[in-house]
Amino acid sequence: MTYTLLRHRWMKRLPVFSSSSMVSTQTDKDTIDLSKFPVDRIRNFCIIAHIDHGKSTLADRLLEMTGAIATTDKNKQVLDKLQVERERGITVKAQTATLIYSHQGQQYLLNLIDTPGHVDFSYEVSRSISACQGVLLIVDANQGIQAQTVANFYLAFEAQLAIIPVINKIDLKNADPERVETQIEKVFDIPREECIRISAKLGTNVDKVLQAVVDRIPAPMASTDDPFKALVFDSNFDHYRGVVANIAVFGGRVKKGDRIVSAYLGKTYEVNELGLLRPHEHPTQKLFAGQVGYIIAGMKDVKEAQIGDTLYLQEQPVEALPGFKPAKAMVFAGMYPMDQSEYQGLRSAIERLTLNDSSVTVQRDSSMALGAGWRLGFLGLLHMEVFNQRLEQEYNASVIVTAPTVPYKAVLSSPKLIKEHGSEEITIVNPAQFPDRSVVSEYLEPMVLGTILSPDTYTGKIMTLCLNRRGIQKNMVYIDDQRVMMKYLFPLNEIVVDFYDLLKSLSSGYASFDYENAGYQAADLIKMNILLNGQPVEELITIVHRGRAYSTGKAMCERLKDSIPRQMFEVAVQASIGSKVIARETIKAYRKNVLAKCYGGDITRKMKLLKKQAEGKKKMRRIGNVEVPKDAFINVLKRKDK
Amino acid sequence: MIKHALHAARRAFSPGLRCFSEASGGEISEDVFERAGSPRLTKQASLYVHWPYCLRRCSYCNFNKYIPRENNDPMMTECLQRETETLLQLSQVSCITSVFFGGGTPSLAHPSTIAAVLESVSRRAYLSDKAEVTLEVNPTPVGKSKLEDYCRAGVNRFSIGVQSLQDGDLKILGRDHSPHQALQTVEEARRLCPGRVSVDVMFGRPKQSAESWENELSELLRVCDDHVSLYQLTLERGTQLFKQVLGGEVTMPAEDVTAEMYQCARRTLHQHGFLQYEVSNFARHKAVSHHNTSYWKGRQYIGVGPGAHGRFVPRGEGGVVREARTQTLEPDVWIREVQQRGHGTRRRIQLSHLELLEEVLVMGMRMSKGINHKHWELFSPQLGLHEVFGTSNDIQELLQSGQLILDDRGLRCSWDGLALLDSILPALLVMLERQISQRLQRDHHADGQTKRISNPQ
Repeated sequence: MTYTLLRHRWMKRLPVFSSSSMVSTQTDKDTIDLSKFPVDRIRNFCIIAHIDHGKSTLADRLLEMTGAIATTDKNKQVLDKLQVERERGITVKAQTATLIYSHQGQQYLLNLIDTPGHVDFSYEVSRSISACQGVLLIVDANQGIQAQTVANFYLAFEAQLAIIPVINKIDLKNADPERVETQIEKVFDIPREECIRISAKLGTNVDKVLQAVVDRIPAPMASTDDPFKALVFDSNFDHYRGVVANIAVFGGRVKKGDRIVSAYLGKTYEVNELGLLRPHEHPTQKLFAGQVGYIIAGMKDVKEAQIGDTLYLQEQPVEALPGFKPAKAMVFAGMYPMDQSEYQGLRSAIERLTLNDSSVTVQRDSSMALGAGWRLGFLGLLHMEVFNQRLEQEYNASVIVTAPTVPYKAVLSSPKLIKEHGSEEITIVNPAQFPDRSVVSEYLEPMVLGTILSPDTYTGKIMTLCLNRRGIQKNMVYIDDQRVMMKYLFPLNEIVVDFYDLLKSLSSGYASFDYENAGYQAADLIKMNILLNGQPVEELITIVHRGRAYSTGKAMCERLKDSIPRQMFEVAVQASIGSKVIARETIKAYRKNVLAKCYGGDITRKMKLLKKQAEGKKKMRRIGNVEVPKDAFINVLKRKDK
Repeated sequence: MIKHALHAARRAFSPGLRCFSEASGGEISEDVFERAGSPRLTKQASLYVHWPYCLRRCSYCNFNKYIPRENNDPMMTECLQRETETLLQLSQVSCITSVFFGGGTPSLAHPSTIAAVLESVSRRAYLSDKAEVTLEVNPTPVGKSKLEDYCRAGVNRFSIGVQSLQDGDLKILGRDHSPHQALQTVEEARRLCPGRVSVDVMFGRPKQSAESWENELSELLRVCDDHVSLYQLTLERGTQLFKQVLGGEVTMPAEDVTAEMYQCARRTLHQHGFLQYEVSNFARHKAVSHHNTSYWKGRQYIGVGPGAHGRFVPRGEGGVVREARTQTLEPDVWIREVQQRGHGTRRRIQLSHLELLEEVLVMGMRMSKGINHKHWELFSPQLGLHEVFGTSNDIQELLQSGQLILDDRGLRCSWDGLALLDSILPALLVMLERQISQRLQRDHHADGQTKRISNPQ
């Protein structure tokens, strides 16, 4: 019954890097005098790429070449510290590393802000971007532009950052950098001459990347003469030292012992420690305008280090920086302990994990079938899976995860209800709270704009799939003579469960997919009940689009039929909308259920079997006269194992 | 001659002992028992003797049986005798109410082995000459030819493994007899023990249809005696048949079909005057199996031979609690153990009060008469059937739907309910456990400990 978390299908899995020997940092603690790096010799940049295009490998090389870490074969994804990151070959949590680079007789301080690749984590990307003036946009020389390349490009483009296209993996046999340059020209409108062809794995041309960082990315606009002003762009929680905030200094300087204020909370803190991240914490005496580093100032709760907050000196108040919009949960799923006795343990695991991931929303929830648990909101599916995996791996918690749902909205028509809710528009997270059609003027569902890149041989199949998922084509262009980029507007609900699996399988793995949120649209939504011998099952209430009610209802009835054991009477499993039954499955009654042969011989085995059934019976949930094992709900509610 | 001599020997070895069953011709009436702790319940037992050898392996059988490499019958005989004596001594029962020779293929044993074991029984306990002594018979010509000698050795009831009257089916099942041989064996057995012959038949066989089963049953009813046992063929892991079904060579009838076969057999047998007295046993002229009935009534039994099971109080070593006992499985190992210490008991588990009642319940409900109040009170003097089962909603539903009956006679399944017993029992067990544990909490009673010993001295 244990629910094993699925490998995410968004990306190819990289081999697990078992190298646990962390990098030997140079012991040049006292040798760095940061005052020697004026703003014009500082560059802040990040690397953005589609999954597996080599972002972390390039980061490793840059770290080695600038002496931040020793050159060894073991440097693999140094910045990916989490087990889940190493296993999946992805970056979830942005890391920062300061590189000291000598160029034409000058020493430069290059702040590399590593970013997550997936758009689920685009809140991380946009945070990182806000601390940068330029990006390295990496594209695999073999695979070319992929869906996330496009998404990430636009994030950087909109932030008006300098973009350096880097074509990686030119050492591969099938590498076709010419073609990729054409794509870059066509899709991003960047002249092909600006592309740098490298092999991060072998180190080929990586020095050219460093030169380009210095030459093409502007220095930050900041002055040490201004009052101290810093942006909190990330934070971590450390059990011993409290909050470790990552900051980008936009003006002035800060040193140990300074009294600083959080603009958001108005609270004052004393700086206990500060320094560079190389990528490990490297304490220094001061941080100056234009620099990026960490600060520890006695904050006990991550909520005190609000991402996007501005810090300033107590005696020199400044105007706060624009900050960030809080990330919004787009995919919800119920999480329940496997056994109610594990509730406390799971609760503390979730609490600890959300300390480092404030984008997860947590709401207590309970289900009659699954007991007490939570409804968690995630930024996307990958985010959800990564969260689950971290829960299992880092906190050893086993959880039941229900099928993901999306936040629907209802525009209320009844003045009484509007008054009750305090607003005309309400968000429905739990299907059981879906308001009746009679009090609603319209329902809204969340939409996403999906980008699909694929070889054109699969176009037909992909278009059929998208159409079946209520997708509306917005755009379709050839990015070269074989690859096509399609944009579709989808209801989010249509892609949360198995869309990507199907896309991958019908394109033999060649299509890539990414999406961004695209607001809400009116939708013909209805509440569907599942009935067992006429009794509604509260935990299986589902909100569906009218056009999808039959297929969803039928699938749920089928799964339920397969998971409920035969009883002494016939059981009707029905899906209904209002009083209308739209799908039905029948569990036939047992006509005979008795062991034929039972003598004095070995009745121990028979007794054991019966005792087990008696124990199971105690755990069954009764709906009307039907006994339903918990597994049955789990089978219907949880995500499909594939 | 032999029979006569044996009876004389029995009398000689057990002078002065009187068994309560004597008057009723081997059947024990309920009123001989008193309360569970009463010495009378623990003074009697039935005896099961396991002959572990077969000539060949039937394709469906996963029972404890061995194809012997050499003839060690004399050794086996000696050990069966020895273990019988040891366990009788340990149980301190004064009367053996019935004996059943099962297997394996006990009709491979020499009649003198049967005689020798019965002799050992008579040495240690009273065995009435009217006590039921059953032997399982494989209906081959060799088996048939020995029936008379078995009778002389003391056997007075035969259970004949006819299984099927279809030649092809017998081959698929891996049986070494033909339908014709089976019919001849039944005839011979009826001649020797009129009214005390049972036939075993199997339904739910590969490719069998409800219609062909009905015909087969009619044919069987023309030749059989007064007792029929019906088994549904169950696919057991590790058997050849299991592999064949898995590999798609053989198909088994669907659940609905076997249910229909069962109901059809119940109807047909009823029409021919056979009363169903247990889930798979039917008798006319009151020719029920006393030995098996005593299992279903929760009475003590002693199991002798490799892999045999027993349920008795080892009073000989001062025991007061009934134990579930299992003998060592492998014949060679078992023989060694019996030679070394007189018995091959491999596992002993003391049954708690609840466990004992669970067995009484599960076994008792298999009988169409179910469990009457007196029968239940023997084991549960403090909590009556009404108190245990009368209050639960679950059970009320079963009573209302007519599957279960609880009245002034006792607790039993209806005709329809009996076919669904395994769906009814979990509800009864849940209730029993709840009531007993509440009772225990009230009485501040600590019980239910089991002890396991792998190597009893």
